[in-house]
Amino acid sequence: MHADHDHVHPHRHPPQPDVEDTPSTYYQRLEEAVRELLIAKGIFTGEDIRRTLEIYDSQSPVLGGKVVARAWVDPAYKARLLADGSKAVEELGIPMDTTKLVVVENTPAVHNVIVCTLCSCYPRPVLGLPPDWYKSRNYRSRTVREPRAVLAEFGTQLPDGVDVRVHDSTADMRYLVLPMRPAGTEGMEEAALAELVTRDSMIGVSLPRAAPVTAP
Amino acid sequence: MNARFNAGEKVHVRWADPPGHLRTPYYIRGKNGVIERVLDAFANPEELAFGRDGLPKQRLYRVRFRQAEVWPDYQGQPGDTVDVEIYEHWLERA
Repeated sequence: MHADHDHVHPHRHPPQPDVEDTPSTYYQRLEEAVRELLIAKGIFTGEDIRRTLEIYDSQSPVLGGKVVARAWVDPAYKARLLADGSKAVEELGIPMDTTKLVVVENTPAVHNVIVCTLCSCYPRPVLGLPPDWYKSRNYRSRTVREPRAVLAEFGTQLPDGVDVRVHDSTADMRYLVLPMRPAGTEGMEEAALAELVTRDSMIGVSLPRAAPVTAP
Repeated sequence: MNARFNAGEKVHVRWADPPGHLRTPYYIRGKNGVIERVLDAFANPEELAFGRDGLPKQRLYRVRFRQAEVWPDYQGQPGDTVDVEIYEHWLERA
């Protein structure tokens, strides 16, 4: 330590900017008030909230990637996944919540893409929290109206002859796209295949990686 | 509760604009589609939204629409479709 610092601070450092510097918004105050009331009334506890956040944090596209890779290597699993998505992901230890999972398969003739035009329904148990763009009015209104233009903005150009099938999650189903296994991956192990499966390829706005990401 | 419609059947989405919490997107009202699959019955979200029990449960369907029929100026291929989940009380035989 510098010799001059070996004393009680005679001067003040400017405070570091903090996330709570700006005044709280109407909805932040509303949330806080309702949360405090619900805890005070014993509807749930602070511990319940923390545990729920822990569950959200444990969900990520890594889980969806495992599901897709298993379907690529195991045709019987793939058949079960397409027949009943919820049951098939539970086989891999991924619990669905109250919603049901429908898995839709990309083929050389059909490309699937998922949207929720009404709000932001998303298959959280297999993909985690949705990206901000998924919740934007731009994505929600245009994916259903001009899906090919939206896909092009994500860098996805479909060959002629491929039909685009949009899935609007308006109610109690959640959708996951089963992308096509990239060409040239025949020799790859299931775990390596899972790393090719990106979040966006399971929403359907892009295709899986063609090869593993290598460190630069 | 028996499903009123079967997979493959042609259906028409009612055109209605009642107030409240609705799960039938505006863009699909009044359009014709085909039942892609029959789903389970669920508590009616239009009732749940107002703190009621949502019973009797409503049958839910996935209905497939041809994009060219949904959007008159649709730019895409003739085979492009959109699937929407719609509750039975919004559907009529086409």
